[in-house]
Parts: sequence; structure tokens; C-alpha cells
Amino acid sequence: LGHNIHFHDKKIALLEAGPRKDYDRMPDSYSNRVSSISPGSAALLSSFGAWDHVCNLRLKPFRRMQVWDACSEAMIVFEKDDLGDMGYIVENDVIMSALTKQLDAVADRVEVFYGSRAVGYTWPLPSHSCDTSPWVQIELADGRRLQTKLLIGADGHNSVVRKEADIRNIEHWYDQSAVVATLHLSEATDNNVAWQRFLPTGPIALLPLSDTASSLVWSTSHEHASELLAMDEESFVDSINSAFWSNVNHSDFIDAAGAMFRSAISLLKPSGTAARQLPPSVAQVDPGSRAMFPLGMGHATEYVQNRLALIGDAAHRVHPLAGQGVNLGFGDIACLVHHLGAAAFNGSDLGSLKHLLKFETERQRHNVSLIAAIDLLKRLYSTRLTPLVLLRTWGLQATNALPPVKEQIMAFASK
Amino acid sequence: MLWSGGGAARALTRAFGSQRAAAALRGAAGGPAGLPTRPAELSGDDHADLSLQTGLKNCNRKGQLKPCSTQPVSLTDIQSSMLTMKRLFSTSHSSVDAKEMKKFQLLAHKWWDEEGEYSALHSMNDIRVPFIRDTLLSMRSNYHVGNPLSGVKILDIGCGGGLLSEPLGRLGASVTGIDPLEDNIRTADQHKSFDPVLAKRIQYKSSSLEEIVEECMETFDVIVASEVVEHVADLEMFIKCCSQVLKPEGSLFITTINKTQLSYVLGILVAEKLIGIVPEGTHEWEKFVPPEELESILESNGFSVKTVNGMLYNPLSGSWSWMESTSINYAVHAVKSGAQAQPSPTGALSEVGSEQPSATAGTAL
Repeated sequence: LGHNIHFHDKKIALLEAGPRKDYDRMPDSYSNRVSSISPGSAALLSSFGAWDHVCNLRLKPFRRMQVWDACSEAMIVFEKDDLGDMGYIVENDVIMSALTKQLDAVADRVEVFYGSRAVGYTWPLPSHSCDTSPWVQIELADGRRLQTKLLIGADGHNSVVRKEADIRNIEHWYDQSAVVATLHLSEATDNNVAWQRFLPTGPIALLPLSDTASSLVWSTSHEHASELLAMDEESFVDSINSAFWSNVNHSDFIDAAGAMFRSAISLLKPSGTAARQLPPSVAQVDPGSRAMFPLGMGHATEYVQNRLALIGDAAHRVHPLAGQGVNLGFGDIACLVHHLGAAAFNGSDLGSLKHLLKFETERQRHNVSLIAAIDLLKRLYSTRLTPLVLLRTWGLQATNALPPVKEQIMAFASK
Repeated sequence: MLWSGGGAARALTRAFGSQRAAAALRGAAGGPAGLPTRPAELSGDDHADLSLQTGLKNCNRKGQLKPCSTQPVSLTDIQSSMLTMKRLFSTSHSSVDAKEMKKFQLLAHKWWDEEGEYSALHSMNDIRVPFIRDTLLSMRSNYHVGNPLSGVKILDIGCGGGLLSEPLGRLGASVTGIDPLEDNIRTADQHKSFDPVLAKRIQYKSSSLEEIVEECMETFDVIVASEVVEHVADLEMFIKCCSQVLKPEGSLFITTINKTQLSYVLGILVAEKLIGIVPEGTHEWEKFVPPEELESILESNGFSVKTVNGMLYNPLSGSWSWMESTSINYAVHAVKSGAQAQPSPTGALSEVGSEQPSATAGTAL
């Protein structure tokens, strides 16, 4: 917002609970919190100059994504026709640092309050009475008070802003936790493929960080996640490799059905099937890089209220299996900036519900279908029941054979 | 009971003030320049108390007789002052305009309820603000997109609660908003007071157009009279005064309602009686102004009409849009001619150079 021309003479305050993060050179070891950045998000970041900083620090583009089932041979491969970058794996710290640099560039308009916490919110009354201010009042932990025409809540899935505004949140905790770690591959390779395998306990994904390192995101049951964290490094590495390589979950029936379907497809569409590749094997894990966090899904019933807008995880929370969480947030930002810019150029009151509702409608239309799809995929792949396995096997194989469908999926996810 | 004694006194004082202004207009060449205002005002006050009981009609006449006796005035002066008095009280010797003022008075605190009685005016901002903004930007060469109207002085006539003044102020303009109804001005002042930026950029005054003409000759770059001319009793006088306070080459923006069968059906029957998006009795079909009439008055007063666009309100979506036909609502942009010469139709047209022949035909942008 600070870089938007229509906000040239507006004042913006950013309340950040964490410390300032600014890196000129990244430390040698990789952070275990990474995000998959879609091309759309990259475009947003470059629109205000942050992407250049990301590129200067470090990132890893990937060109292919292979997703396959543990219970069958079915798989789907996504890649762009022109073999361009499908997306980028970027450490969260890198993004933070890039954003910090760009915030500094507009320090005259944007004031960042590091290490601050809001303890009280006073919402404006719907009817305009004489003596109360129609703006939102915020009280900080250190006693300072701020007032604003528009409050944007971007404080994550446990959003305090959302709770204070009494916005109902539909949420659901998955019986899963995600284990993250930084892994070193056994041999250097042209590491530009993102791998994800759906195990019955949850998907395991390997995201490239460099030619020798990858990031692990393994969603599994709470107990298994704790075990993984507790075990020694060698056993941990073994579990990862076997998760990707072993076929213990296959059943003959499914294999036969899958093979039959595949031959049917190759009759109809010769190029519709491809050989399944195996991901690189893992040699060791970065000590101290293992961590876990619980997973859930959430969606706020309203994204906006008078003088309030929710974006990112505060508005919606998804399973990491599709790598979409942060991209949805970036999409929210692009949309909100667009609507606020137009409102500012029309001289409207920025907190006015009219244009906020336009933002809500636009984003809900986009987000709800994606959130539902991700949730559905998660449930579909959490089972070993044969009929469902069969269904998803054939579904996956069919989708893999239909480029138009795949292109639609990729286009939707890249926004 | 409608006005307190003080209010009426102030109203009458304003009336005399406007009479002074009207006389000054006419007497520019050498009429009575300095009118003895003191005696007039004092006598006005006396009559204020009496007039409360006698009603508007008599108030008009009584208020006038006194000053007329204290200075030499011509018949035209009396006529013009009668006109301005009529205009000020918005009455044509009928009680309709008093009712209008009363209706607006009752709703004076409802201006800023975006979903309330004035919701249609709120959503009209979505097309009238861009219309004003873009027209002005196309006429300026150096502006900053982040502050498009900075340095522009705008007069918002009939500003009401400030619905249009505030967005224009946010775009950087210095806005003066006037409205004859004090309650409206109070609402507007209070609403802008919460925003430190707007509080400085916008000034509200409870006054009629005539009253400020004297102090504000050729002061404003832009005049906006949105949804006003259909409430005005004397349009000719109104436009004349606009011309006076507007700088040469300044812009005048008017939005109003056409006088057609369609506008009666949709603008009054449906809007007021059927679905109630406009408070009942707000509009009188008789006072609607057809674009042709408005254009001819504008042209004969030194304006050159640049654009006439039809507007349409969709009650289902609550939003306005532009349309080709001006048969219901329409917006006009006119520019005051640059020369100081007496306004004449041909003079105005030839002076303002590039003329779109379609402008007078009233086609959309």
C-alpha cells in the first residue's frame, strides 16, 4: 500500500509483534520455514520492488511438480509448456527481509511498530453519533493509542482482530501436524522438481532449496509427528526415504485396476501417461532444523466489516498440501490494494464498506473453491479404503492425461 | 415553530444581505453602491417577530418594504430583490418550498447513514466524483495522481451534509460548501471534524448563493451544483450568480433531473411512492429542468456547455451508471467563457474555441 501512487499522502501504520528482520546475506544454513511462491505472488512482490531483494538473497525456482499416491501407481505431473518456472521455493526469512527493505523505502508514509502488541480495540458504532469518533481506536500494550479509518487484520489464523470483531470463523483442526526440516541430498542434482506423495497418514513433500538441499514438509498424525521429531537423525532420514520409495501400501487389486486404466488412456491419448520418476534420496538432515506444528483449516464468515478487512490466514487457513496458503494471502493483498487504490482515487472514505465488500466478494469467490478443493483432497487421500483409492487413482490418472484440465489447475493456483 | 426567532432574524438579515448583493450587481455601473444596511437590518429584526405569526408570504413583503423606503431603488431593483427573496426562501408564494426545507430539516442528521434515506446520493458519488475528477484532470497539465485536485478551489452549492464535498476534499481540493439549511451545515461540520485533513480542506457556510456572491466574485475554479437546480425557484438568477463567483474559464458541474414523463414515473412515482428510495415529497416534477432549458440558460449567461450525460440509477444494485439518454437524470459540464465581455450566445460560443457540435445536442461522453 505504501508504494501505491494513490496512497501518496496517506499514513499507514504496521503493528508487528516480531523483531525487525533484515538480512544482507543469508546465513549458510537454510531456515526450515519455507513457502512455495506462485508466479502471481512473485508478480505482486515485484510490483513494489521486493522481488528483486528476494532474488538477491536466495530462492529456488522449480519447473516440475510430481504428485503421486502411495496406494497405487497413479501420479500427476505438472509442468509449464515452455518449461518456465512453475513457482519458487523461498525461505520465509528471505521474504521478510525483502519486505523490510521495501518498507524502509516508504518510511515517510509507513510507520512500522516492531515488537508491538495491540491490547484493545474500539470499533466505531454503526450510527454516527456526535461525540464518539467514527474511526477505529487501538490501544497498544505500551499504552500508546492509535486511531485509523481502516484496520486490516493480518494476524494469522488465531487472529485477535477477527475475534474482537466478533466475526465467526468456521474452523476445523485436522488430526495432523506438519513436520518440517532441512535435508541434504545424497548427491547433487538439478534440483528443480517439487515432489509430493500422498501417504495414507498424510502427504510428504520435498521442496528444492538448492542443488544439494531440500526442505521437507511432512503432514502426518500427531503421534507420528512426535515420533519423527524424537528419533535420531539416521532413523529420520530412513523414514523419509522409505516414505517416498516404498510400495508397501500397494494392493494387487489397485495396481491391476490402475494398470488397466492406464492402458485405456494410452489407447485414447498416447501421450497421456508418463513414467513415474523417483525423488532424490536424502542423506542427512540439518541438526536442529526439525520442527512441527499442528494443522487445521479455517474460513471466516466475513472478510470485512465497517472499517475492517481481514486478509491472509486471519481470513482463511488451508492445509499445506497444495502449497497455497501464503499465495492466497498474497492474492488477498493484490485485490485489496486494487480496491483501496480505486477508492482513494475516488476520494472515498477508505473504511467505507462499499469497496470493502467488493474486495470480499472477489476474494471469497476465488478462495472458497480452492479451500474446499484442498480440504476435499486432504480427506480423499487420507484413507486406504479401496473404493476411494480406486476413485482417486483413476481420477488422478485421468486428470494427468488431460492437459487442458491440468492447465486450468495450474492457472488457478498460480494467481 | 419552524424557525426560532433568532433563526428568522438571521434569515431576514441574509435576505437583506442578498438584496444588497442583488442591488450591487445591477448597480455596478453607478447605482446605489453603499446601501445603508444598519437600519434595514434593525427593521428586519422587528419584523422577524411579527413575521413568525404571519407566515412566509407576508414575511417576504414586510421584510422588503422597510429597506425600500430608506434608499432610492428602481423598479427593477425591487423585482430582482423579490426574485432573490423568493429564491432564498425557495418559495413562489406557495408553501411547497417551506415544506421542502422542512423535509430536509427532518433528515438533517441522516446524511451520513450510507444505507439510509440518502443512500442513492452516497452511491452517486461513484459516478459524479470520477466525472468531476476526470474532467478537471483532462483540463490540467500538471497534477500528481496521488493528489489529483490539489490547488483547485471548489464551491459546492447545496452541499447538504457534505456528501460530495468530502470526497472532493480528499482528492486535494479546497472546498467551500454552502447550504441554506443550518442543520445541514452543522451535520457537515461535525462529520468533517473527525478527519484532521478534511477539517482543514473544507469550509462550510450556512448561506445562499446570493449572499456569498459579493465577497466571492470570481474566486472559484469549479462550481458543483449537484441535485440542486431542481429545488431552486429562479434558475436564471442561480446561474447568473454562479457565473459571478466563478473564475473565467472555470468549470460548472450540474447534476439534476429531466422534466419528462419518464422522470415523473420513475423519479417520483416509483422512487418516492413505490420503493421509497427517495423520501417522499423531495422532488416536484414542475421544478425539474429539461437539459435544453438548462443549456439555453447557461449559454445565455456566458457558459459554454461541454458535456451532457444521462445517468441511470439501478435500485436493485443501488448503483448509478452513465447512459445515452438524458430522459431521467443527467449531468452537465459547462465552462465559463474567458472574456470579460457581456455574455451573449454567439459571443460565448465563438470565444471558447474548439466547440463540439454534439455538445448542445446532448449526447453522452
